[in-house]
Amino acid sequence: MSLPEEQKEVIIEQKMKQFITFVKKEFYHVFRDRKTLLMLFGLPVVQIVLFGFALTNEIKNTKVVILDYAKDEASGSIINKIEASSYFEIEHSLLSHEEIERAFKQGTIKLAIVFPVNFNNDLLHLNKSQIQIIADASDPNTANTLISFTTSIISDYQKELMQINALPYLIIPKIRMLYNPELKGAPNFVPGVMALVLTLICVMMTSVAIVKEKEKGTMEILLVSPFKPILVILSKAIPYLLISFVNVSVILLLSVFILDMPINGSIVLLFAESTLLIITALSLGLFISTVTDSQQTAMMLSMMGMMLPTTLFSGFMFPIENMPVALQLISNIVPAKWYYIIVKSIMIKGLGFSGVWKETLILTAMTVFLMIISLKKFKTRLE
Amino acid sequence: MTTTVIKTENLTKRFGDFIAVDKISFEVHPGEIFGFLGANGAGKTTAMRMLCGLSIPSNGFATVAGYDVYKETEQIKKSIGYMSQKFSLYEDLTVTENIHFFGGIYGLSDKQIKEKSTELIQKLELEDQTKKLVKTLPLGWKQKLAFSVAIIHQPQIVFLDEPTGGVDPVTRRQFWDLIYDAADKGITVFVTTHYMDEAEYCHRVSIMVDGSIKALDSPSALKKQFSADSMDKVFYELARGAKRSDN
Repeated sequence: MSLPEEQKEVIIEQKMKQFITFVKKEFYHVFRDRKTLLMLFGLPVVQIVLFGFALTNEIKNTKVVILDYAKDEASGSIINKIEASSYFEIEHSLLSHEEIERAFKQGTIKLAIVFPVNFNNDLLHLNKSQIQIIADASDPNTANTLISFTTSIISDYQKELMQINALPYLIIPKIRMLYNPELKGAPNFVPGVMALVLTLICVMMTSVAIVKEKEKGTMEILLVSPFKPILVILSKAIPYLLISFVNVSVILLLSVFILDMPINGSIVLLFAESTLLIITALSLGLFISTVTDSQQTAMMLSMMGMMLPTTLFSGFMFPIENMPVALQLISNIVPAKWYYIIVKSIMIKGLGFSGVWKETLILTAMTVFLMIISLKKFKTRLE
Repeated sequence: MTTTVIKTENLTKRFGDFIAVDKISFEVHPGEIFGFLGANGAGKTTAMRMLCGLSIPSNGFATVAGYDVYKETEQIKKSIGYMSQKFSLYEDLTVTENIHFFGGIYGLSDKQIKEKSTELIQKLELEDQTKKLVKTLPLGWKQKLAFSVAIIHQPQIVFLDEPTGGVDPVTRRQFWDLIYDAADKGITVFVTTHYMDEAEYCHRVSIMVDGSIKALDSPSALKKQFSADSMDKVFYELARGAKRSDN
């Protein structure tokens, strides 16, 4: 009974060889098209650099108001430290609490720091003191960054105090996020760029690659050959899967080493979730390829169908919470939204799989659904 | 051994109410060059697609290389070669890469591919062009190469769908030399064409009008039957009554 087994092995080996031949061909296609290749690898770098610079410009010289009711040694030192940093520019005009509110509304200030009357006293006698930090969170990303800058300045001061005195002093920054208290949808552009680049590249490139075969008439030849149509799709997906991995790695490296944005969670999990989104995008690309016969239409459909909803509804440019309910509901069917939440949770909050399983499940369900209808449609189109 | 490589009986394909192919019956013999003629929209391509296993017939019976077109499409695909009216090679691959690719997906071993590739390049006198991208070759060369690649796996039958569109008469003649060559080696050639001079080169031709076969015989017999001096006249005689056409 060993013969059939052996035969089976030979057949599998043959199929593997066919498959490798095909994948090789796909790589030729990708690497011969220099312009597209440049776009594929250049896009994420350009986006990260662009967003990165836009972000640093925003944070530099932010107008900050300080209400110093304490006017003591400790508050003075902290104010000096804040003044010394290049991120802040202290607005010296004295404002009342009400006037602060107005200044925020007019947008003349982004941050307010309030020292209570007994700041130094509390610190020395109760070992514990409070500072109120108020930020304009209508732009949650900036607010978040400003807050973290301020708190790090305060904790710097705290450390200095601890070195002088043995007693542990504790300054508790009380943070108030105006307008968007929970900082929901805080746009963090790195996960956003990842979602955008992955969906864009995979959807557009697969749909164009498949439609190209149709347009050039080579699809017919492939269908007449013993090579299985499903393998045609699979081999087309492989180069883009690899390119996407390279892109994810490049984005992560850039964000860690150039933008100083640490990855707090597991990198393996990050790549696993990215693979999931890539598969979603590939299925979508396949779907688009079944509804059109020209490369141009496929490109347009991918752009309109993917890029727009991804930028609008993933929550990376515009907080979803601020949208009308109808749009909020629509945002739920955009795969990039879920991926964005997942990546943010892993990268920034450092959550493990238990923290993102719900989103992962939703994304998986979407992928399976898309894959089934695309494959069904692809099959019927062949008839 | 069977004496027919393609056999159809009342083969029919319907798309809704539209009958694209209406009960066609014919036989093709091994090593034969079989011309499959018809005006645009007559149903040639649909019939060919059914024979290639790309489209399931609505009715009737057909075997290709002894395999059933309903159930054994996998085996059929292994036994046939195909060249379409659209150019069927990859333009951004070199001559050698194209040969290796098509050899590879038809499951040829590396050794076979190497042998075939040398033989083929020699025959087409492409020695200096092997590393060139196919898109840089003149159309005639591309088509000759496409044909050679379509039969690289020694199929029993090769289907050619208007293979010589847009090619000058000299290159067309050379292309037909390749077809004769293949037929001599025992490959059955099933070819559709619009050029009536090419119809004369076929051993037998069938002429399809409005989905059904109106005539089937050797070119000389057909000319006698319609008392015409060229295939052009025979074709015109049959096709002018057609209700379906592009315009």
